[in-house]
Amino acid sequence: MTTETKRTLPVTDLSLVVLIGATGSGKSTFARKHFKPTEVISSDYCRGLVCDDENDQGASRDAFDVLHYIAGKRLAAGRLTVVDATSVQADARRQLVQLAREHDVLPIAIVLDMPEQVCAERNAARPDRAGLPRAVIQRHRRDLRRSLRGLEREGFRKVHVLRSVEEAESAEVVLEKRFNDLTHLTGPFDIVGDIHGCSSELETLLAKLGYEDGVHPEGRTAVFVGDLVDRGPDSPGVLRRVMGMVTSGNALCVPGNHENKLGRHLKGAKVQQTHGLAETIEQLSHEPQEFVEEVREFIRGLVSHYVLDGGKLVVCHAGLPEKYHGRTSGRVRSHALYGETTGETDEFGLPVRYPWAEDYRGKAVVVYGHTPVPNTAWINNTICLDTGAVFGGRMTALRWPERELVDVPAEKVWYEPVKPLVTEVPGGHDGRPLDLADVHGRRVVETRHLGNVGVREENAAAALEVMSRFAVDPRLVPYLPPTMAPTATSREDGYLEHPAEAFDQYRKDGITQVVCEEKHMGSRATVLLCRDADAARERFGVDGPTGSVYTRTGRPFFHDPEVTEEVLARLRAAVTGAGLWEELGTDWLLFDGELLPWSLKSGGLLRNQYAAVGAASRAVFPGALAALEAAAARGADTGALLERQRGRAADAAAFTEAYRRYCWTTDGLDGVRFAPFQLLAVAGRSLAAVPHDEQLAWLDRLVAADDPGTPGGTGLLRGTGRIVVDTGDEDSVRAGTEWWLELTAAGGEGMVVKPLQAYARDGKGRLVQPGIKVRGREYLRIIYGPEYTRPDQLERLRDRFLGHKRSLALREYALGLEALDRLAAEEPLWRVHEPVFAVLALESEPVDPRL
Amino acid sequence: MLNRMFLTITTTGTAENPATDLGFLLHKHPDRVRVENQSHGTAHVFYPEATAERCTAALLLEVDPVALVRRGKGKGRGGAPDAALAQYVNDRPYAASSLLAVALSGVFRTALKGQCVLRPELPDQARPLRVEIPVLPARGGAAMVHRLFDPLGWDLVQAEAVPLDEQFPEWGDSRYVRLVLEGELRLADALRQLYVLLPVLDDAKHYWIAPDEVDKLLRAGEGWLAAHPEHALISSRYLARHKRLTQEAVERLELVRLAESDGSEVEELDNAVDETRDTQERPVPLAVQRRDAILAALRAAGAQRVLDLGCGQGQLVQALLGDPAYTEIVGMDVSVRALTIAARRLRLERMGERQRSRVTLLQGSLAYTDKRLTGYDAAVLSEVIEHLDLERLPALEYAVFGSARPRTVLVTTPNVEYNVRWETLPAGHVRHGDHRFEWTREEFRAWAGQVAERFGYAVAYVPVGDDDPEVGPPTQMAVFTQEAVSDTTTGATTDAAATTTDSPKEGEAA
Repeated sequence: MTTETKRTLPVTDLSLVVLIGATGSGKSTFARKHFKPTEVISSDYCRGLVCDDENDQGASRDAFDVLHYIAGKRLAAGRLTVVDATSVQADARRQLVQLAREHDVLPIAIVLDMPEQVCAERNAARPDRAGLPRAVIQRHRRDLRRSLRGLEREGFRKVHVLRSVEEAESAEVVLEKRFNDLTHLTGPFDIVGDIHGCSSELETLLAKLGYEDGVHPEGRTAVFVGDLVDRGPDSPGVLRRVMGMVTSGNALCVPGNHENKLGRHLKGAKVQQTHGLAETIEQLSHEPQEFVEEVREFIRGLVSHYVLDGGKLVVCHAGLPEKYHGRTSGRVRSHALYGETTGETDEFGLPVRYPWAEDYRGKAVVVYGHTPVPNTAWINNTICLDTGAVFGGRMTALRWPERELVDVPAEKVWYEPVKPLVTEVPGGHDGRPLDLADVHGRRVVETRHLGNVGVREENAAAALEVMSRFAVDPRLVPYLPPTMAPTATSREDGYLEHPAEAFDQYRKDGITQVVCEEKHMGSRATVLLCRDADAARERFGVDGPTGSVYTRTGRPFFHDPEVTEEVLARLRAAVTGAGLWEELGTDWLLFDGELLPWSLKSGGLLRNQYAAVGAASRAVFPGALAALEAAAARGADTGALLERQRGRAADAAAFTEAYRRYCWTTDGLDGVRFAPFQLLAVAGRSLAAVPHDEQLAWLDRLVAADDPGTPGGTGLLRGTGRIVVDTGDEDSVRAGTEWWLELTAAGGEGMVVKPLQAYARDGKGRLVQPGIKVRGREYLRIIYGPEYTRPDQLERLRDRFLGHKRSLALREYALGLEALDRLAAEEPLWRVHEPVFAVLALESEPVDPRL
Repeated sequence: MLNRMFLTITTTGTAENPATDLGFLLHKHPDRVRVENQSHGTAHVFYPEATAERCTAALLLEVDPVALVRRGKGKGRGGAPDAALAQYVNDRPYAASSLLAVALSGVFRTALKGQCVLRPELPDQARPLRVEIPVLPARGGAAMVHRLFDPLGWDLVQAEAVPLDEQFPEWGDSRYVRLVLEGELRLADALRQLYVLLPVLDDAKHYWIAPDEVDKLLRAGEGWLAAHPEHALISSRYLARHKRLTQEAVERLELVRLAESDGSEVEELDNAVDETRDTQERPVPLAVQRRDAILAALRAAGAQRVLDLGCGQGQLVQALLGDPAYTEIVGMDVSVRALTIAARRLRLERMGERQRSRVTLLQGSLAYTDKRLTGYDAAVLSEVIEHLDLERLPALEYAVFGSARPRTVLVTTPNVEYNVRWETLPAGHVRHGDHRFEWTREEFRAWAGQVAERFGYAVAYVPVGDDDPEVGPPTQMAVFTQEAVSDTTTGATTDAAATTTDSPKEGEAA
């Protein structure tokens, strides 16, 4: 190397560059010339920061703390960082190498090995260093000389040494991309999951994806997530195909742990030939030596993970947390190949894998394999494509950017798994059972319709108790209904609630068409109905029940499972009769509805709270009135008091009448009615946004099919009266009001007004209330007390606060929608359970219970 | 809600000793209607009849329920930070008798003291009295009324149950009775008895608390309470109200709301702590035997770090704390209320630092796996599994044996065969209202056997309590011991374990 040669210094675009040189060797000048001022952190500057004197060596310790801190922050943010300090001592460099490793970037050394004379002259020219003893420069140079040969060993991945002023001045820094940075490639891609020597399935899958002999006519690129080899029947065949496609530029490939182990074997390392490696070695022994060498080189050249498509897509074998994307370290490679374990072992003696995807919040989609799962599912922008082809499952590919899944079934079970793909553990069906961390403590649930919804710790605690001790198996509770806000308070004489305000509110929200639905006075019931026990097993992982009937806190309606099954059987017959299984293409349905009579579920409450009030009134009034009348007859002035007591006696009688309407005697299922008012979801689809007229049309057909007059009809189902109102049309509004008056005069509880479109937003794009209840005048006696209609009481009751109830209703609605979306997308149980649990928790928030 | 309370007091007399003296005694003129405003409503006193032969005074208390609720009004959520509590209290047949008692003591203040300025001789005379209360909340029903009033010298004590609703005879009787008392007593004595016994009979949860309850009780009980055979019951019910109420206010609200949203009574959900049983002072012998058996098994297993899963009110935790061999004790329960009581019982707040560092109480649930529970020597599930619905047992099995995986697991549960030996237990009944099932010895062993098999444990069975030759012991215990696990760190067993042995090559970008 001569001094005339112009040096180019390759520097990885994300790295920690350490300048090394004696005082006066020109590090700062070099840094200024080649890097942005903000990229360079100098120890002198940091000394100044902590003690106002850039040359105070006594402040070095604090100054370096600051330097390391700033450098750490920059590296964490993914920014190239240059450290301008002498760094001539091994100990100082060790700390920097460590810092680089902590942030998974490469440490790079640029050494300015200048003659002593040059350094001395430069220092002499600087007033603040003019007095620096020559011995300091000599000591620095001594330390530097001693260090030079060991820099690679210290961990620097590139070492550039500049030995003269000319070399330093002519050198040029060239930024290089990281090997894993393929952000410029935009695909489209077909990402293929674990193969494990199943070459026949691979060929079938590639053909299904449209590849012809490893080439896609539309120029798509295949991306293999690794684990090409081991266990299966033809690892060499798979390697030949994949290597050919990679070489010809039709595919990319990241290594799996099985390639890594095979590579070590091929390099001559001693590895245990377990987990199907022996099969691969045996298969390769029939291959020509050149092929085996090609395999060795192929594996050696594999890059741990790729960042693709402008940073929107990350592909690796075992999944990768966001902080490792595009990073380069042994730790990143290890994580990309093996994933992270918790250190525990499960009941099969297998290490428990850390559920990194559950913590993932990154914007980039991470596609990976490694962990065989029965079903693929998106979890927080990540997806695992290992569907256990070699264990008799399927081989799966993901089309990007289309996000379509394409799979082919395994031709046979090529290899028996140590641990069953689907465990008998509740929730294991979906990958893992429910974990307390999914629900416990203060939590935030991300919803797509209302952003983040928070849950307070004390509310989660109460929900945990109810969910654990009383609820139906969470697998059969995929939804809980939201609470509903009442209409704004009416000023109408004698009324606390009246339809006018409800219509008004929707008109203001820009909703023209609303449907008024009769409000059934029973108990809210959610019904999950599967076509048969097999469907329930297949979809919900339960063995035995064919569905569930549960209350708004997830408790079973009937203590006897046989009664539940009987209700389900009747509903099932109606669905079959109405032909809805086929029409909706599903083998399960989720209903929202009301189970009647009220006395069925709330008998205790009725007896101890409502009937008791009635009983007490009936027992007290005759005597009290008689006494007052007798006193009046004696000439005592009881006028107003007597009048008031008479009125109150009448109110008490009306109260008793009010609750009696919703009570009747049942015997087994005789007298029990179910009034469904919404079909929430079916296989693969949330129906929460289906307009209510379509909804009611389906439900009408069910009710008709269950009519006792038709063959097989049981009379369990009850229809829902309704009227559609145009909020902008006075006549229509009047008709709606009349309808409500008639309904409530005949003893009805009231009505619920809903946007006809079901899912609606207002002019400003905000979610509107999914329903507003308008309760009848008589019914409200049960809520507000027998005498609430007295003008003085009514006036005081009008002063009620709806804001919190409305907000609660919207938050619970958004959580319910989220649960349905996750259910429809076949997300794992814990993902569906999370918003369901949150609804239950919110129900324990303080709010006026009369609303 | 019961917002009308009504009581009449009748006396009879003659021309010489006219019944209308009642007016002097009560300090209320028989020809007037007396109206007195009180904090929760208005009390009216009037006389439906007033002759020398017969005089009746009536007390009508009008409670204003809306005013009661609005008292809680504030700026908080829903307009009132405590709206739910105020509502909850108001929505129930609250403290009917307490309010009536307050009214009595207010309106008939001097009569209660036995004073009469105009006719000082009257209060000391016994008179024929008839007291009638058409609606009186009575916990314990007519029988309790008799227990309380029979010893007090009345000739007639009559308590008739008031039916809940004639239209639904199957609902049975309400908690109210119609009370009639007849006898020759001094009026002041009768009033004092009512003042104390009406709230005692009600025994309801209510919010009205006077600061000097004990003094009041002693004053009003003067001359009759000390000799009353039920004085212990009377005092405890009378005074317990205060304590219970304040606890409810802080501990129950979330569950109250969940019950409300479900149209259920709060007792249906909030029953983790059994208040009817005396768990504090005199643990029943079986509980002691159970604890001893558990401690013996833990000692035999050499456990130091122990989980008490479903620790309830912390009795076992307390016992474990007494033995320094246990270096780390974790009590877990799903009920926050139980944990609060446990913390109070253990005096966690006042415990020395060293002791305190040995014990942790945490809320958790065995329906979920829980990383906090891994790595312990032993776990105890004492009388826990039977509180779970059978179909939810597999989740518990996995959470304990599959996920937490302590070396030793102790499970105790009732032996249902023994139930025939409990004299007080009706045939076919479980021992506790919340027991979802009770197993025979065979059923328990079948369950424990398959759990052990599935999760790699060995299991042994220990009888707890008197081991009856025919029906076995009252409590059965299974001791699960984890079988030696293969050493996964060698990478010999699994793929993923290879992480530790196959160190991957360093980063590749260079």
